[in-house]
Amino acid sequence: MRLEDFLLMRHELLLTLIAIIILIAEIFTDDFKKQGIRPLSIILMAIVTIVGFLPAPTGTLFGGMYQATDMRLMMKNILNIGALIVFIQSASWLKSDDNQNKVSEFFLLLISTLIGMNFMISSGDFLMFYLGLELATIPIAALAAYDRYSNKSSEAGIKLILISALSSGILLYGISMIYGTVGSVYFDKVSVAYGATPLQIMSFIFFFTGMAFKISIVPFHLWTADVYEGAPVNVTSYLSVVSKGAAVFIFSIMLVTVFQNIAAMWKDVMWITAAITMTLGNLFAMRQNNLKRFLAFSSISQAGFIMLGIIGGSELGMAAVVYYILVYIFSNLGAFGVIAAISNASGGKENMSDYDGLYKTNPALSLTLTLALFSLAGIPPVAGFFGKFFLFTAVAEKGYWWLLTIAVLNTIISLYYYLLPVKAMFINKAETSIAYFKSDGWTKVGLIICVAGMVIVGFASVIFEYIRTLSFGL
Amino acid sequence: MMDLSISIWIPLIPLFMFLLIGLFGHRFKPLVSGVMGTIGLGVVAILSYTIAYQYFFVQGKVDGVYHKIIAFNTVWLNLTDKLHIDLGVLLDPIAAMMLVVVSTVSFMVHLYSIGYMHGEKGFHRFFAFLSLFSFSMLGLVLATNIFQMYIFWELVGVSSFLLIGFYYTKPSAVAASKKAFIVTRFADLGFLIGILILSFITGTFDFITLTDTSGEAIRQGATIGFLGMSVMTWAMLLIFMGGAGKSAMFPLHIWLPDAMEGPTPVSALIHAATMVVAGVYLVARMFPVFHTSAPHALEIIAWIGGFTSLFAAVIACTQLDIKRVLAFSTLSQIGYMMLALGVSGYGGEEGLGFMASNFHLFTHAMFKALLFLGAGAVIHAVHSNVMNEMGGLRKYLPITHITFLIACLTIAGVPPFSGFWSKDEILVAAFHFNKILFAVEYAVAGLTAFYMFRLYFTVFWGKDDRHYHHTPHESPLTMTIPLMLLAVASIFAGFIPFTELVTSDGAAFEPHIDYMIAVPSVLIGIVGIIVAMVMYRKENGMPEKMANNLKYLYKWSFNKFYIDEVYMFITKKIIFNYISRPVAWFDRHIIDGTMNGIAGVTNLVSFEIRGFQSGQLQKYAFVFVTSALALVLAFIYLWTN
Repeated sequence: MRLEDFLLMRHELLLTLIAIIILIAEIFTDDFKKQGIRPLSIILMAIVTIVGFLPAPTGTLFGGMYQATDMRLMMKNILNIGALIVFIQSASWLKSDDNQNKVSEFFLLLISTLIGMNFMISSGDFLMFYLGLELATIPIAALAAYDRYSNKSSEAGIKLILISALSSGILLYGISMIYGTVGSVYFDKVSVAYGATPLQIMSFIFFFTGMAFKISIVPFHLWTADVYEGAPVNVTSYLSVVSKGAAVFIFSIMLVTVFQNIAAMWKDVMWITAAITMTLGNLFAMRQNNLKRFLAFSSISQAGFIMLGIIGGSELGMAAVVYYILVYIFSNLGAFGVIAAISNASGGKENMSDYDGLYKTNPALSLTLTLALFSLAGIPPVAGFFGKFFLFTAVAEKGYWWLLTIAVLNTIISLYYYLLPVKAMFINKAETSIAYFKSDGWTKVGLIICVAGMVIVGFASVIFEYIRTLSFGL
Repeated sequence: MMDLSISIWIPLIPLFMFLLIGLFGHRFKPLVSGVMGTIGLGVVAILSYTIAYQYFFVQGKVDGVYHKIIAFNTVWLNLTDKLHIDLGVLLDPIAAMMLVVVSTVSFMVHLYSIGYMHGEKGFHRFFAFLSLFSFSMLGLVLATNIFQMYIFWELVGVSSFLLIGFYYTKPSAVAASKKAFIVTRFADLGFLIGILILSFITGTFDFITLTDTSGEAIRQGATIGFLGMSVMTWAMLLIFMGGAGKSAMFPLHIWLPDAMEGPTPVSALIHAATMVVAGVYLVARMFPVFHTSAPHALEIIAWIGGFTSLFAAVIACTQLDIKRVLAFSTLSQIGYMMLALGVSGYGGEEGLGFMASNFHLFTHAMFKALLFLGAGAVIHAVHSNVMNEMGGLRKYLPITHITFLIACLTIAGVPPFSGFWSKDEILVAAFHFNKILFAVEYAVAGLTAFYMFRLYFTVFWGKDDRHYHHTPHESPLTMTIPLMLLAVASIFAGFIPFTELVTSDGAAFEPHIDYMIAVPSVLIGIVGIIVAMVMYRKENGMPEKMANNLKYLYKWSFNKFYIDEVYMFITKKIIFNYISRPVAWFDRHIIDGTMNGIAGVTNLVSFEIRGFQSGQLQKYAFVFVTSALALVLAFIYLWTN
C-alpha cells in the first residue's frame, strides 16, 4: 500500500484526525474553557467539508473491501454538509448549563457515526458494510440519550439501541445466508452469483429489513416517532437527515450493483413498501401536534418518496435520489433549525399551537420555516419542487403509473399538513404568542446556509447536471 | 476588442441594488437608498453606452451587416436533447438601442425621483421597486430566447403592478394596479400559449434560430392550417396578443390610463418610455418570423396599430387630467410604432417601416419621458392633476416651461426636432403600404399637435391671473437636470443615422426625404398648433362652443368611447352571471363535496390506525419481525411459483 492510497480514504482519515484533535483538546483544557471546543469543532468540520470537494483520485483498497468512486465521494460530501449544518445549529444549544461539561462528547459521537457512514458508503464487501453500519448506529443511541436527566431522552436511547440490535440481528442473519448461498462476501462476486432461490429471497428480505429500519420504511419505522420526540432536537435532525441519507445512499448503490440480478423482485418489494410508507407516514403526520413528532412522520413519508427514484433504477433515478437527499438536507435541517431555536428560546415549546401568531413576533424565523416546509412539500420555486419533480420523472420514465398516482395523491395530502404550521404562524391569532427573541450568530449562520441551499440548489441546474454525470443505473 | 460578456452586469447591478435596498433599505436614511439606486443605474447607463458603442462601431458589423451576438449564455433547464431553456445576453441592433433607451430613461427617472419623492412614506420601497423594474426590463431586452423574455416579461408586469399600487392606501391606486395586472395577465396567457405552439412547431425557443430567414425553423408550420389560417399565423397572433396587452393596443388599452395613479416618475419610466414599448420590441424581435411565415398577422398588427393611434388621439383631445392626456398620447404614439412594423417589408429599403418604428420608439422614449417628468414638475408645483386648475405657469416654472415646449414641438413633428424625422419615416412607410392607413396617420399627426398644444397652452398660458394657494416654485435641481438632459436628447435624437444602425436585416440603406409627404405633415402639425393656440392661449368661450357643436363626439370621446363600460358589462353581467355563477355552484357543491369526502375518509383512517404507535417496544419488535416474515413468505410464494 502506497502513501498516495491514503488519499482515497481521505474523508475517513480526516474525520478520525479531527476526532483525535477534539479529544486532545478535551483533555488539555480546563473545565471552564470547554466552550472553546464548539468553534474549534465547527471550524475543523468546515475544513473537512471543503477539503472533501477538492479533486482526488479514485480507486479501490484492501483487495476491493474499500471503494472510492466519484459518486461515493459526492455522497460523502453531501453528508459532510449535513453534519456541518447540524454542528452549527447545535452551537447555541450546547452552551446551556446542562450541556456545558459534555460538549466534546456530542461532537465526538457525531463524528464517529459520520466515520461509520463514510466507511459504509465506501464498502466493497458485506463485512466492511456491516462494520460501518454498526459504527454509524451505536453512537447515535448514546446521542439520543444525551439529555441525561430527561426521561424521554433516556427512553429514546434505550429504544433505539434495543430495536437496532434486533434489526442488526436480522440483517446479519440475512448476510450470513447470502454468504451461505454464494460463498463470498465481496459485492462483485455476490452480484454475479446471486439468484432468486427461496433462501436467497429470504436473505434479501432480511437484508432489506435492516436497511428499512435505518431509512424508517413502514412497517419497520415504529421506533422513529418515539426516538425523534425523545432525543434532543439537534440529534433528531441529524438522525432524520444525515443518518437516513447515508443509509439511502449505500442501499441504492447496493441495489443496482449487488442485487442487480433480482432487480425485478426488489422493485416489487420496494413498490409495495414505498406506497405504504408514503401513505402511512402522511396519515400519521396529519395528526401530530408536537412538531418533532410531526417532522418524524413527515420524514417517513419523505423516505417513501425517495424510494421512487430507487425503484426507477435508471441513471436518472439514482441522480434524482442523490439530488433529493441534498435538497432534503437543507429543507429538513432548516425546519429543525427553526424548531430548535424556538425550543431553546422559549423553554421547550414544541407544539403547533405554540406557534400561533409567530409571524407577528418573529417574522424572519417564520419565513424560514415556511420556506423549509414549502420545500418539503415540493412547492415551486424552492428546491424541493425540483427534487420531487426529478423523482417523479424517474418512475414515470419506467412506466410505474400507479405508483406515480399514489405518490401524487400523497403529495397533495402532505400539502395539507405542511401548511398547518404555516397557517398557525401567519393566520391563527394568539393571546400570548412566543415573544420576540434574538437568535445568536451560529443559529443565524446555520439557517442562512439552509435557506441559501434551498434556493440555490433549486435554481442552479449545474448541480443536478453534475450529479447526473456521476450517476449510474441498472 | 472588448469582452462583451461584461454586459451580463447590466441587468445584474439593478438586481443587486433591488436586493440591497429592499432588504436593508429601512436601515439607511431614505436619501441613501435613493442615491445608491441612482448611482447603480448610472453605472448601468455607462456600461450600456459602452456596450452599444462596442456593438455598433467595433464588433457588431461583419461584411457590412450587423450580426446577432450571444455575449453570454448558460443553459438553465434541459428539457429534451433539442429543447432547452437558456439564460443569456443577446446583442443585436434593437437590443443595443433598447439598452440605451432603458438605461438612459431609468437613470433620469432615478435622479428625478430623489427630488420628486422627497419626504414620501416608503421612499426606499420606491427605489427598490424601480431597481427591480430596471432589472426586469433590461433582462427582457437582452433575452436570448423567447422563454427568457417571457420570464422577464412577467417580472416587468409585477414591478409595474407594485409601482402603480405604490400609494396602496388610496383605493383608486389599488384598483388601477389590479386592473393593469389582470388585463396584462390575460394578454400574457395568449403570449404563453403562442410560445408553446411556436416552440412545438419549431422545436426551439432560441431567437437566433427562430429568426434566421434562411433557416429551417422559420418555415415550419406555415403549411398546417387551422380555422382558415396557418398554425404559424395563429401562434404569432397569440404572441402579438401578449405584446398588445403590454403595449396597451386597442382593445386591451384600458389599463394604461388608470395606471397613471402611480407616482409620475413611474409613469414616465414604465408607462411611457420602456415597458409599454415592450410589445413593439417583441414584434420587432420576432419580425423576420412575422414577415416570412405570418404576413396576415402583420397586416392585422398594422390595422390595430392604426386604429389605436386614431382612437387614442381623439380621446386625448377631451381629457382634463394632465397625465391622462399624456397616457392617451402614449397609446397613440405606440399605435404609430405598431403600424410601422405592420406595414414594413424585410431587407433594405423594404424594411423602412421596421427602421421607422424603432426610430420612433427611440425618439418617443426621450420626448415622452420628458413630457411626463415635466408634467410631474407641474403637479409637484401646484399639487393637482387637473388642467382646469392650472394656468399661467410659465412665469413660475421657467425651466419646466421651456423643456415642456420643446417636447411638445417634438411630438407635434416640427422640424428639426427628433419627432419630425421619425414620424416622417413612418408616414412614408404607411403611404407605400395602404392609402387609408396613411390618411389616418396623417390626421392623427394633426390631432397630436392639437391636443399637445391644448395641454401646453392651458397649463402654461391660459388664465394668467389664476391664484394658487401657495405660489408655485421651480423644482429642485435633481428634477430640472433630467428635464434639461432629456430636452437635449429630444432635440438631437433625430440626427442619429438609424438607417445605418437599426434595420430589418442589419444592412444599411440610403435614407431620403420625401417632400411630398414631409411638407404636408409639417403643415398639418402647424395647423393643429395654431388651432390650439387660438382656442386656449387666452381664456375664451371657444372650447365650450366647440364642445357644444360636436356634442356627441365630445361626450363619447370624453368618456373614452365607453370601452370601460363595455368591459364592465361583459365581465359583470355576462361572464359573472352566466359563466362564473354556474361554475361556482359546481365548485362549491360537487368539487368541494368530493374533496371534503376524501378528506373525511383520510382523517378517519388516520384516527383508526393510531393504535399502531403505542410506544411499547415489545409491540414494535413484534411488528418488525412479523412484517419481515410476512414479506419473506409472500415473495417466496410469488417468485418461486
